[in-house]
Amino acid sequence: MLELKNIEKYYNVGTINEMCLFNGFNLTVGDGDFVSVVGSNGSGKTSMLNIICGSIHVDGGNVVINGEDITNKKEFLRYNDIGRVYQNPAMGTCPDMTILENMAIADNKKKSYGLSMGINKSRINFYKEQLKSLNLGLEDKLHVKVGALSGGQRQAMALLMATMTDIKFLILDEHTAALDPKTADIIMELTDKVVKEKHLTTLMVTHNLRYAVEYGNRLIMMHKGGIVIDKSGEDKKKTGVNDILDVFNEISIECGN
Amino acid sequence: MGILIGVLEQGFIYSIMALGVYITYKILDFPDLTTDGSFPSGAAVTAVLLTNGVNPLITLVVSFAVGMIIGALTGIIHVKFKVRDLLSGIIMMTALYSINLRIAGKANVPLFSQQTVFDNSFLSAIFPQGLATYQTAIVAFILAVVAKLLLDAYLKTKSGFLLRAVGNNETLVTSLAKDVGLVKIVGLAIANGLISLSGSIMCQQQRFFDISMGTGTVVIGLASVIIGTNVFKNMSFIKATTAVIVGSVVYKGCVALAIAAGLSATDMKLITAALFLIILIATMDRKKKVKKNA
Repeated sequence: MLELKNIEKYYNVGTINEMCLFNGFNLTVGDGDFVSVVGSNGSGKTSMLNIICGSIHVDGGNVVINGEDITNKKEFLRYNDIGRVYQNPAMGTCPDMTILENMAIADNKKKSYGLSMGINKSRINFYKEQLKSLNLGLEDKLHVKVGALSGGQRQAMALLMATMTDIKFLILDEHTAALDPKTADIIMELTDKVVKEKHLTTLMVTHNLRYAVEYGNRLIMMHKGGIVIDKSGEDKKKTGVNDILDVFNEISIECGN
Repeated sequence: MGILIGVLEQGFIYSIMALGVYITYKILDFPDLTTDGSFPSGAAVTAVLLTNGVNPLITLVVSFAVGMIIGALTGIIHVKFKVRDLLSGIIMMTALYSINLRIAGKANVPLFSQQTVFDNSFLSAIFPQGLATYQTAIVAFILAVVAKLLLDAYLKTKSGFLLRAVGNNETLVTSLAKDVGLVKIVGLAIANGLISLSGSIMCQQQRFFDISMGTGTVVIGLASVIIGTNVFKNMSFIKATTAVIVGSVVYKGCVALAIAAGLSATDMKLITAALFLIILIATMDRKKKVKKNA
């Protein structure tokens, strides 16, 4: 279970641009939930993910994972339980290393990176199987540098690498936003498959309302650091793209857009 | 012929230092000026140990270890105290000047009769008389190849993978639940270990320690790395570490040519700087760096 309790976050403190993003923000995500998060730019979606992962610090409140308060835990230590895929496909892989080396380095997460051989030959078949499940033909390109792959292929690898080891949470930060519609669909299906297979608790930020509606069992819409829609279960299944779009428009009118 | 042998000797000895610069400049993308201080540190330690009758091979190990400590300190200044990479190196380089003087005791320590890795009873027993002229070059070559193979092997380990990943994509290393800062410290330690080792070998070859022998080391290292990696840019089957060794020899060759063309030995640093500038302009390697740091 992931809990955000009374989160406070201010930007540009002490300047005329001081802005309060979160003022007493609360969110609880149950085990095995797949939450889609939508909202306009600046509504706090990515800030929320960064607070969970520890990339930015909070000015108040607590981040709690399975009862353990991790508010002051270092960012890199939090990733023992978290896998994350970014909007930019370049963020999840090493471009100058080969596909095989990338798979091997991700496979070793949570173990020590000592002086044993980087590539465990007995695992190569496993990597090939994993790559084969992507249906992108990457299993035949093990010795090609990842930098030579397309954005979609790299994002598929990033997803694979982020979920390869035993993690509890998957954080998806607009991970289909930089891809063409066809590739985005493929990545989204892969995501759904991995999440179901591994029973990962997932938070997915997306601007694609169709994905938000189609995937996951809970939908949250954020606005100005608060939650304006929170639907789950049957309630979510009944929600269509147009319902969300209507709320989007209402908010825009309120803001004077 | 004499010039060629000299070029090979110098090229191979400096190539070990260039391997260290390759780690910081190419792998970690860290402009490490510590080099100018850690190179003579290895020499200072070696001069003291050899005058006290220590086995030359042991001086190599000790120099490497001293270099590792120096590199780790640069890393700690940068990572833990959040000092900019360039400044961390400058701080260490400046401090090391005095420290090297303290270690050596004086600005110039000659080595007269001591055995060195190039000249000892074991070598004179196995080297045939006819090869004596090439002895130093051959030993330097063997040392450079051993250093290269060890570095190659390290870069294939899990720890080596992590080092390469940090220079490539820090975010990924954080995502793997590893401390990026610690990996950088390890990388700087290994790099300066190699640089200090190269200083030790240089000291044994020229048979003296001189406090100013480190000036311009980083430029020689960078030039070697850039020449090597650019010459073999389109030959992916040649490892970057091999390319760096070749680059170092080519660079020393260029310097020798300039001196043979009539420039005096006192123009050495000017030749070093001018050659480096020419290499940067010719390879356009400066482009990436300027953009990044602008």
